[in-house]
Amino acid sequence: MRHVLSVLVENEPGVLSRVAGLFSGRGFNIDSLNVGPTLEKGVSLMTISTHGDEQIIEQIIKQLRKVITVIKVVDLSDAKAVEREMVLIKLNATDSSRAEILRIVDIFRCKVVDVSTDELTLEVTGDHGKINALVSLLQRFGIKEFARTGTVAMRRSMQL
Amino acid sequence: MELTGAQILLESLKQEGVKHIFGFPGGAVIDIYDELPKHQIEHFLVRHEQGAVHAADGYARSTGKVGVCLVTSGPGATNTVTGIATAYMDSIPVVIFTGQVPTALIGNDAFQEVDIVGITRPCTKHNYLVKDVRDLARTIKEAFYIASTGRPGPVLVDLPKDVMQARTEFKYPKTISLRSYNPNYTPNKKQVKKAARLISKAEKPLIYSGGGVISSHAGEIMTRLARRFSLPVTSTLMGLGAFPGNDPLWLGMLGMHGTYAANMAVNNSDVLISMGARFDDRVTGKVSTFAPRARIIHIDIDPTSIRKNVNVHIPIVSDCLNALKALEEELEELEGINWEEKHSNWVRTVKGWREEHPVKYETGETGRIKPQYVMEQIYELTRGEAIICTEVGQNQMWAAQFYKYHSPRTWLSSGGLGTMGYGFPAAIGAQVANPDKLVIDIAGDGSIQMNIQEMATAVCYKLPVKIIILNNSYLGMVRQWQELFYNKNYCATCLDTAPDFVKLAEAYGAEGYLVEKTEDVVPVLTKVFASPKTCIVDVRVEPEENVYPMVPAGASLTEMLLV
Repeated sequence: MRHVLSVLVENEPGVLSRVAGLFSGRGFNIDSLNVGPTLEKGVSLMTISTHGDEQIIEQIIKQLRKVITVIKVVDLSDAKAVEREMVLIKLNATDSSRAEILRIVDIFRCKVVDVSTDELTLEVTGDHGKINALVSLLQRFGIKEFARTGTVAMRRSMQL
Repeated sequence: MELTGAQILLESLKQEGVKHIFGFPGGAVIDIYDELPKHQIEHFLVRHEQGAVHAADGYARSTGKVGVCLVTSGPGATNTVTGIATAYMDSIPVVIFTGQVPTALIGNDAFQEVDIVGITRPCTKHNYLVKDVRDLARTIKEAFYIASTGRPGPVLVDLPKDVMQARTEFKYPKTISLRSYNPNYTPNKKQVKKAARLISKAEKPLIYSGGGVISSHAGEIMTRLARRFSLPVTSTLMGLGAFPGNDPLWLGMLGMHGTYAANMAVNNSDVLISMGARFDDRVTGKVSTFAPRARIIHIDIDPTSIRKNVNVHIPIVSDCLNALKALEEELEELEGINWEEKHSNWVRTVKGWREEHPVKYETGETGRIKPQYVMEQIYELTRGEAIICTEVGQNQMWAAQFYKYHSPRTWLSSGGLGTMGYGFPAAIGAQVANPDKLVIDIAGDGSIQMNIQEMATAVCYKLPVKIIILNNSYLGMVRQWQELFYNKNYCATCLDTAPDFVKLAEAYGAEGYLVEKTEDVVPVLTKVFASPKTCIVDVRVEPEENVYPMVPAGASLTEMLLV
């Protein structure tokens, strides 16, 4: 099963390598990894999406907590969470396909962020499922470049 | 007053109570060595950096204190890796100081530069590169704190040359608090209560103890607990010595080369109480058939050990000492149980297994010396009071099976990593820490050659370590596997070209003895154990002797090959 882990770390040289090395060394999977600074100086937040059975996920969380520079690990899959990622997609856009692409842009609430005579670059934000759906719709036009941030996520305030 | 980095390092070691360090100098650490003679720290010059780490490790295992070593950058640092990984796998507190090229050169592929922090990240508990002399004292404090607390382990501190030369005000921090590191020492009361209740209902309870009992100094209380509540005890290789090997409740080691009684007890027990052990594959055999009838209580300070290999019913995350104290109290509160009577059937059954198949060997017709006999005689002659270090392989298993360990920290062996070449330098470290004790390295003719250069160290510092080589002219354990599972294809395991160990000992200025007849074993060992010098005893043993019992890799514990 897919899990999204929110990992608060001391922002010191090598912390990314400690976390990434833990996953590779123990044969765990990283589906996506996003790192950025937090409002607190010297502390970064990693959002790791991974998959595995219950026992593997339990080990991943425990092993992460064991890393000296990891401050806190939360499994967001245990709770209701908002999950988003942003993607930039550059695709072919000929005169005959452009209108169709723009209709899809509308439906998915994407933004066109760059345009030329034969290409369009789109920006889209959404959860895992939305991004995958959009990609499968756009593939037939010919996607030329594709850049994904990886998931970021946050626990919802109301756990209904 | 302002001090240089080198001075701060040595002052900090003093603050940590370090009296002995093991090391090897080089360009990047000359500043530290330049300062060293001015301090009350005794330095032992090894002949290879791997030896320095094993010596620090042996020092730590035999005392419970943190072992310390100091090496130079580049190859000095990479040579420590096997030693570090050995300490890591066995959770031994060691602090390794490595030199590094000046900060301005880091990343430039400078002479003798290596990213040792990167290299050792997966085999240290934690590691540091100190880039600013102002961080030095705090980093050293943290290194010792992390190495020795929680589940202990090696911590490496990389010291660039310019940081050793730079000056700053020295103030050693008195206390330390790390936001992201707070090992849990005390057990959850509810869990302990549950465990006590489970034990009170058990008919066939069994203690399975490991290295954690020794590192938390819980051997004594475990022994008391076992005797008071009539609980038979088995242990891992790492746990030997925590429970007296001559106690009637002792079953011997479990696992691949465990005793018949221990493996049968695991298979039949209804409550297995694991203390500071981690259900390693050499212990469990086939995991799905391990302790099939047991509810498992697992006490460990490291949460990752729990449910890593085996599903447990009552996990208790705690230091073993505290957990066992709490468990003892809870068990004492349960009234109306006559423990001895309650477990008498079980204890009888277990003893039956022990009598049915004790660890034994055939005396054979060849007249060659049996390695097991040598171990038995070493036990008799030392009355179990020596510190026994081992290399890895058959010698290690015979030392585990045929010597009865009476107290913790008298058995030093590379359990997790299985490092050949560990025993001798570890014995050097143990001898430094225990000058009045008899320290013996049980070796094979293969593994002793992996760190034989430390003979110079032992002789130089007049350390009377005794090396007993169980010489079978083979890499015996691999040969045993080849015999049993690879159609006797003895590829690359025959060591018929070996040095004359007697001459080799003499060449280093030590004493050497050759023993070829069974009747010479006791007289020579008696003489050697009384000698004030470093000694090698080359005992020519039965070449194709095997270690039994043996559970083939991946088989169930009950599928033992017996003598």
